[in-house]
Amino acid sequence: MLVLEKNAMTEEIEQLVEKYGRSRSSLLPILQDIQRKHKHIPDFAQQEIARLLDIHPVEIYSVITFYSFLSTTPKGKYIVRLCQTIACDMQGKEAVAKAIERELGIKFGQTTKDNKFTLEYANCVGMCDQGPAMIVNENVYTKLTPEKAIQILSELK
Amino acid sequence: MEKKERKGIVLFSEYKRGEAIKKALEKSREEILFELRESKLKGRGGAGFPTATKWNMVAAAKSDKKFIICNADEGEPGTFKDRALLLEYPELVFDGMVIAGYTIGASEGIVYLRGEYEYMLKSLNDYLEAMRKDNLLGKNIVGKNGFDFDITIRLGSGAYVCGEETALIESLEGNRGEARNRPPYPVNTGYMGKPTVVNNVETLAAVPHIVLKGGEWFKKYGTDKSTGSKLFSVSGDCERPGVYELPWGTTINELLEIVGAKSVKAVQVGGASGICIPKSQFNRSLAYEDAATGGSIMIFGENRNMLHVLKNFMKFFVEESCGQCTPCRIGNTKLSEGIEMIEKGEYTFAYINKLKELGQTMKVASKCGLGQSSPNAFISILENFKEEIFNGNGGRNGK
Repeated sequence: MLVLEKNAMTEEIEQLVEKYGRSRSSLLPILQDIQRKHKHIPDFAQQEIARLLDIHPVEIYSVITFYSFLSTTPKGKYIVRLCQTIACDMQGKEAVAKAIERELGIKFGQTTKDNKFTLEYANCVGMCDQGPAMIVNENVYTKLTPEKAIQILSELK
Repeated sequence: MEKKERKGIVLFSEYKRGEAIKKALEKSREEILFELRESKLKGRGGAGFPTATKWNMVAAAKSDKKFIICNADEGEPGTFKDRALLLEYPELVFDGMVIAGYTIGASEGIVYLRGEYEYMLKSLNDYLEAMRKDNLLGKNIVGKNGFDFDITIRLGSGAYVCGEETALIESLEGNRGEARNRPPYPVNTGYMGKPTVVNNVETLAAVPHIVLKGGEWFKKYGTDKSTGSKLFSVSGDCERPGVYELPWGTTINELLEIVGAKSVKAVQVGGASGICIPKSQFNRSLAYEDAATGGSIMIFGENRNMLHVLKNFMKFFVEESCGQCTPCRIGNTKLSEGIEMIEKGEYTFAYINKLKELGQTMKVASKCGLGQSSPNAFISILENFKEEIFNGNGGRNGK
C-alpha cells in the first residue's frame, strides 16, 4: 500500500470510529463499511481499526474470518450470492448455477479476472417462496431462470 | 418484490401505527405484563419461552441500563415470515419494541437484521425516521414524561448461528458470533452485561394487538398451550407458496389443503433443524405441544429424493456450525459424510446406527441450539424414509 493510500485509509477509519463510537461494539459496522467500499478488509485497515479501538489486531482478524460476508482477500465489484438451500434447489438452482459459471467463466468461490464479479453460494436468503434467488451486493433477485440471471448480471456495469 | 394485501386473524388484522403505543403509555407496566401473561404469548422463534416471564425478569432487574433486542436474523431454511413483517408491517414490530422498552424500563432498542436483508435497511430506517417525527420514538414519547426510547438497526454478516440469542449478543458486542454458556441468560447478563430481552420479530409484532385488544381476545385463537396465531412460511411443492397466518393447532393436512399441495410425500416442519414428517402423520397439528415450528414448512412432493434433501440440510449445518464445540463441529461433518456413503452405496447398517447414536449425543452435548437440533433431520429422515433410501439398488435408490 502506498503511503498516500495508507493515510486515506487511516482517515476513513477515524471517521468511521467517530461515527459509530470508540468501542468494541462498533467493530462490525466499521468492518462492514470497509468491506462494502473496498471489497475486502486489507491488513493495514485491520491494524488501524485495532489501534483506534484498542483491541489486538488478531482479534480483528478473528472476527473477519468468522463472518462469511467479511473477507481479508479482495472480492469483485459485484458479489453474486446464489441461494443453495433446498427450496431454491428444488426450484432449479442448479441450472442457474451452471449458466452463471459458464457465462462468467469462473467457478463458485472465484472472482473474474477483471475483478467485476465474485461468485458464491449463500445459505437460505429467505426467498424460498420465490426461488431460485440470488443476492448481488445488497439487491435481491427472485424467480430466476438461467436466462434471467444472465440478463441481470449483464446489465450490471 | 411481491407485496400483497394480506388477510389474517391476529397479526394481519387491522392496525394503525402508534395506536398501541398510546394505549400502552396510559397503562402501568404491571397492567401490560398482566395482559401479556393472560395472552400466554410464547416466543415465536421456535423455542416457545413465555414472553411475559422474560419481560418480567428484565422489568424486575435492577440496572442503570436495559436493552430490548429484536432478533431479525431470520436464517432458518424455509423461513421468511420476518421478511413479510418487516417489509409490510414494520409498524407492528417497532411499536412492539417501544412497548417492550416502556414495560421493561429500557431506553434503547436494537434490531439485529440479517446481512442478507440489507435491501430492507433503507426503508426501515426511513420508517424509524417517520416515527421520530411523530414522536413515537425519541424523548418523552407521545407526551409521556420521562419515557425516552429509540431504535437502531444493526446488520449481521452472514452467520446463521447469530440467530441464537447469546451468539447474537456476542456479534453486537463486536465478537465472533459464538454462543455463550447459559446460564447466565440474557435477561440477567445480556448486551453489554446488562439485562436484555431478545425477542423474535413475530413475537414483538403480536404485542401491539394484545395491548389493544387484550390477552383474553388473543387466547380465543389457537390451542390451550399454543395461544394466538402463527405465521407459516410455506415453500416447496405446492401451488401457492408464501406467508400464511393460521391459528396454532392447524393440522398439516389442513395447511396442505390451503396452500394447494397435492401428492405430498413429506413435510419438513421447523426448517433444517426441524423434523421431517411423513404422510402417515399429516394429521398432526402445528403447535408447541405437537409439531413445534418457528414457522418453516417445506413441502416435498412424491418425486423428491429424500436423501438429496437430507444431504442439502447437512451441508448447511456443516457450513454454519460456528465450530467452537466439538459435538457440533465434528458431529455434523460425520453425519454429512455418512450421507455421502449411503449415496455411493458404501455403508454398513452398523455404521449408520452408530451415526444415529452420534446424533443423539450431539443433541445433549452441543453447546447451543444449532448442534442440539441439527441431527433432527438426519434421524427423522433416515427413520421415516428408510425404504426409499436403503431398499434396492444397493442404497443408491432414487439417483
